[in-house]
Amino acid sequence: MTHAATKPALIACLLALAACAQPAPPAPPVIDPYAQTGAGAVFQGNLPGGVIGVEGSAQFFRAQVGDTVLFPADQTALTPEARAVLTRQAAWLNRHGNFTAIIQGHAEETGTREYNLALGARRASAVQEYLVAQGVAPGRIRTLSFGKERPAEVCSDESCYARNRRAVTVVSDGGAGL
Amino acid sequence: MFHKLTLAPALAAILVLGAPALPAMAQSGPLRIEITDGVIEPMSIAIPAFHGDAELAARVRQVVADNLTGTGLFREIPAEAHTARPASFADAVSYEEWRAVNAQALVTAEVTRVGEDISVRFRLFDVFSGQPQGDGMQFDARAADWRRAAHKIADQIYARLTGERPYFDSRVAFVQETGPKNARIKRIGVMDYDGANIRWMTDSASLVLAPKFSPDGRQILFTSYDSGFPQIRLLDVASVTSRPLTQDAGAMAFAPAFSPDGRRIAYSREQGGNSDIWLMDVATGGQRPLTNAPSIETSPSFSPDGSRIVFESDRSGTPQLYIMGLDGGEPQRISFGDGRYGTPVWSPRGDMIAFTKRIGDRFHIGVMRTDGSGEKMLTESFLDEGPTWAPNGRVVMFTRVTPGGTGEPRLHSVDITGRNMRPLQLEFAASDPSWGPLLP
Repeated sequence: MTHAATKPALIACLLALAACAQPAPPAPPVIDPYAQTGAGAVFQGNLPGGVIGVEGSAQFFRAQVGDTVLFPADQTALTPEARAVLTRQAAWLNRHGNFTAIIQGHAEETGTREYNLALGARRASAVQEYLVAQGVAPGRIRTLSFGKERPAEVCSDESCYARNRRAVTVVSDGGAGL
Repeated sequence: MFHKLTLAPALAAILVLGAPALPAMAQSGPLRIEITDGVIEPMSIAIPAFHGDAELAARVRQVVADNLTGTGLFREIPAEAHTARPASFADAVSYEEWRAVNAQALVTAEVTRVGEDISVRFRLFDVFSGQPQGDGMQFDARAADWRRAAHKIADQIYARLTGERPYFDSRVAFVQETGPKNARIKRIGVMDYDGANIRWMTDSASLVLAPKFSPDGRQILFTSYDSGFPQIRLLDVASVTSRPLTQDAGAMAFAPAFSPDGRRIAYSREQGGNSDIWLMDVATGGQRPLTNAPSIETSPSFSPDGSRIVFESDRSGTPQLYIMGLDGGEPQRISFGDGRYGTPVWSPRGDMIAFTKRIGDRFHIGVMRTDGSGEKMLTESFLDEGPTWAPNGRVVMFTRVTPGGTGEPRLHSVDITGRNMRPLQLEFAASDPSWGPLLP
């Protein structure tokens, strides 16, 4: 199957970004997902599920562990679904002690800017507390809130709001900045 | 009498130029439009072409006219209807001709320019009683400040005809918003209250929120993500430089507000997910908490005498408004209507609090007295928020956001009677207005 064949090829490309940065002669009009991304090539294609990366990578954390948990309207308590995701996050962080995490709390647009900043902070903190309870060292985690400043989805109805009431765990290697 | 006022930087000098005989005021008192909650018939005002430097005079005249008619309290009599054609600023007023076109008030003015210096002189007349209303005045300014001279004239006219304190010669700090909704680029600007003379105060490199003018208009507090985390910075308007006021790595800081003397700020400090109101001395950085509750406390605003703070808290389960003294004591809840309240702002007059209110899925800007009585909604839309008071406490400006993926914020203003809702004429999306003081 071509599908099975291309995916490992793309992963190989990712692991050798520079090699992929210069596309082959532009003979057939195929869309090159690495076009114009230069030396810091980033995959811009649209494969379902996104890039996997190696197990100990931020990409893997995002795509396979799950970096986002959602909250009901006006709520900051963790749902069972959120706890399941956070249990995986904690396990991954415990396996990869060289990574640190910044937890970004977010809120939907239907609230004032300042209250939503505070609400997002509560959500981020709820995630932090859960991860710490699962054994992640507190010093590896920082929180901040974006309030309603950085929505994941931009429509103005519940389908988007439900995905904007969230906390996103952003992991990075080497503990820079904590 | 003729007064002279010089618009030097942050300095205003009044000189009496002379004291020509001034007729006694009409026995019925000065010409006056009373601003009430009822329907108002705008006062008709004639503002014929200003004399002097034709090009500059036309611009000054237009700003004066726009300031006055923009209040909804005045209706300008179109120039085509005028029959009087005074040849100079010194000409005697032909009251009969102005009465014939139903002008209640008449403004005459002269704009002279010598190099980079301008002088603007004006007089205001009560047409029906046939006499001047108040003294003539002269404003001297640099040519670059011609709009300020125009605002000063309009302020004089507004104050004399309404009996209210003026507000046109004032500035508004705001946030410009560009880029897509999920990656908004924001920068802080300062503009004349009417949207002109924009100066940028920050670049677009980091997310900035909610600027707040200092009481003297020389500094701006704002929240910046330039460190990666929300912290409060203090910006000097003249030099366009800023420094961090908070930089505690473990605590988010946001929602700052100046005390009336400009020496302290109240703000929200978040630690471990919990936001409380803190008070900081700007000069020393010394600070202490004013609230200590597990609930969200944010959006503080000082009373004009500096003794109390109104703020937002969800300690009751939903966001509501509370007032507390600076010396502790239990905060008193003042909002009791249906819905969720936020962003309370104390009026510069001290008698009212403007706020954001959400009822169901609609947002309102409202006002109430400081004891919570007399609650009144001024606006309604998908999303209105963040009122700020004009220096005279008669008008509030706020952010109105349109819904959807291409929705964006625009600044609007409304009279506290609920009349005269109008968008500010800006060529870009903007949010978070903060109305500064009346300039000296």
